[in-house]
Amino acid sequence: MDGMKHVVLALAAAALAPAAAAQEPVKIGIVTFLSGPAAAPFGVPARNAADFVIEELNAGKAPAPYGKKGFGGSPLEMVIVDEAGSTTTQVTEFRNLVQRQNVDLVVGYVSSGNCLAIAPVAEELKKLTNFFDCGTPRIFEDASYKYVFRTSPTATMDSVGAALYVKDAKPGTKSIAGLNQNYAWGQDSWGDFELAMKTLVPNIEVKTSQMPKLFAGQYNAEISALLSAKPDVIHSSFWDGDLEALILQAGPRGLMKQSLTILTTGETAMHKLGSQIPDGTVLGARGPFGPYAPANQYNKWFHGGFVGKYKSEPNYASYQMAQAILGVKLAWEKAQDANGGKRPSNEQVGAALENMSYEGPGGTVKMAIGKGHQAIMETAYGQTRLAGGKLTVVNVKRYPAEKVNPPEGMKAADWIKGGFKAQ
Amino acid sequence: MDGAIYSAWLFIAALGLTLIYGVMKIVNVTHGSFYAIGAYAAASLTAAWLARGFPPMLSYAVLVVAAIVVAAPFAILIERVILRFMYTKDEVVILLATYALFLILEDVIKLIWGVDPYFIAEPYALLGSFQVADMAYPTYNLLLVAAALVFGGGLAWLLHSTRAGKLLLAVIHDPEISRAMGVNVGRYYLATFALGSLLAALAGAFTAPTVSVVPGLGVDVIVLSFAVVVIGGLGSLPGAALGAVIVGIVRSLSVHYLPQLELFVIYFVMAAVLAVRPRGLFSLAEPRKI
Repeated sequence: MDGMKHVVLALAAAALAPAAAAQEPVKIGIVTFLSGPAAAPFGVPARNAADFVIEELNAGKAPAPYGKKGFGGSPLEMVIVDEAGSTTTQVTEFRNLVQRQNVDLVVGYVSSGNCLAIAPVAEELKKLTNFFDCGTPRIFEDASYKYVFRTSPTATMDSVGAALYVKDAKPGTKSIAGLNQNYAWGQDSWGDFELAMKTLVPNIEVKTSQMPKLFAGQYNAEISALLSAKPDVIHSSFWDGDLEALILQAGPRGLMKQSLTILTTGETAMHKLGSQIPDGTVLGARGPFGPYAPANQYNKWFHGGFVGKYKSEPNYASYQMAQAILGVKLAWEKAQDANGGKRPSNEQVGAALENMSYEGPGGTVKMAIGKGHQAIMETAYGQTRLAGGKLTVVNVKRYPAEKVNPPEGMKAADWIKGGFKAQ
Repeated sequence: MDGAIYSAWLFIAALGLTLIYGVMKIVNVTHGSFYAIGAYAAASLTAAWLARGFPPMLSYAVLVVAAIVVAAPFAILIERVILRFMYTKDEVVILLATYALFLILEDVIKLIWGVDPYFIAEPYALLGSFQVADMAYPTYNLLLVAAALVFGGGLAWLLHSTRAGKLLLAVIHDPEISRAMGVNVGRYYLATFALGSLLAALAGAFTAPTVSVVPGLGVDVIVLSFAVVVIGGLGSLPGAALGAVIVGIVRSLSVHYLPQLELFVIYFVMAAVLAVRPRGLFSLAEPRKI
């Protein structure tokens, strides 16, 4: 009789097992800056977005097709890691996330240097990793990966979009100048912009390219050099305190009035420094985010919920984090459905995410390049205007994804040099 | 003009570092923390002052008072509770102790002020601007140059023309003999550390209106200040002034004419000076001690 009891219990346990497995939480490693200079403009807004989105998904409150609770019914657990510190630290932290914390997947990384270092480690550990913000196009240009994805567009899009905006907003531009931070991001951004401008306006004159040290803080000499060079257009990919210091120091000296000034990450400063940004400054948001986000139901849900929860506007890093989690959720559920409702493996989720196209708060995300692992999106730029004490963007121009991103299999630099044509 | 503004800023930033080294022979890494504390205190309290609709012209006084009031307790606490027990230790040990304190203070700053940036743009634009070679410069920059002259001149006067200053020079020359002559050396060390730290805090306060006050603000200042005082000779007041002027002018020339070298030029100057005069431009012959 005892034997029979055991059999019944075993059968009951077996019958309950799939349900229990479905309820087993999905652990997501979230990596973003919680300290250091990148925390305030990117890290904390992205962490807040992750908090908000995961809370909404767990409550099943997100709009369709994101309405199912958690990931395919399994609740989400967030393991958050600070991205500050050296690249070596980040590689160690990533290994900890995977091997000690046993996360199911990782969404993270603002720094391009960290993305370049983490990608091969993610591949080695066979852990699905979605980069949400870093910009370098080299990740999928120089290598191909099975487990690594990026659901936000590359920095190439920002620079090409900026050049196209110059051509549209200031036809007859004859000279340009740059003010960028002297490291990979600043140099790549200026390199792509200069190349794109030379392709669009073959006789363009480069007046000066200023490359101060990252976090230098004092830019009077650079501003003087730009004022005396009198270029038609100034390009700057400054971010964080450097961007804010530039606005505070250049505004009173009339730099933005003299030259059309493009701040490719300017959106992160618009809510904090609104009244200090002179009218007519061109602001970028690294894609259709923030003030350039479409009026779709996902943006309504995300923007409204974020502002309600944090009493502050979500910036582009927040949008990128939200769409990174939503993309992985869709892929997870697609893979789970294909797996007969059972929890999918990282390989199955990766296969579902490859070449996927989905809608998010920033509009359509197409995993169209990098063998289906790299997103392209449309982008937008506009000029500032202070109205009633609130900074708005006017003269907004949008550029379709295919116009500002290279086609599949082509390196960004070759595409720009070739006149934005597929070879 | 750019060179003069940058030199003035560098001089104010480096002054406290050279004073503390000159008297106490401490390479004080917490200098960067006091710079950041000064900037945060000035930015947050001046913003509160302006938000309450108080007269904007008085915001300059608020900048100064805020930096002093907030930084002074930290300075006194650090000297009395930690550093005074370390003066007999090796210079490297004290350097490491101040580095540890710097790391702790970085987190204390985050605990107090968070990671969000602080801005106070008003004092920078309030005084209007002046023209040099067809370019506008906010008049605030002249205030910075004036502050550098006042601080440098004031400190020189204090050291050479007051009784306390002369006693301090005696302490610098030989603390042991000074102690034997009845000078309260401990009190002079405390006063020097407090004054040096307050100078760093004031440098932060004067910088606050021109920048975004963010975590990590003090890191670069230590490196730059150190370069300036090393060029001039550690512990030398005229050395710090000359070091600031050289670095300011060389950097500005580089930005205007060879921007690709800007990153390298300050350290090139430092290396060149040290190659010719290993103890800096204004180093004095050390009295030989048996």
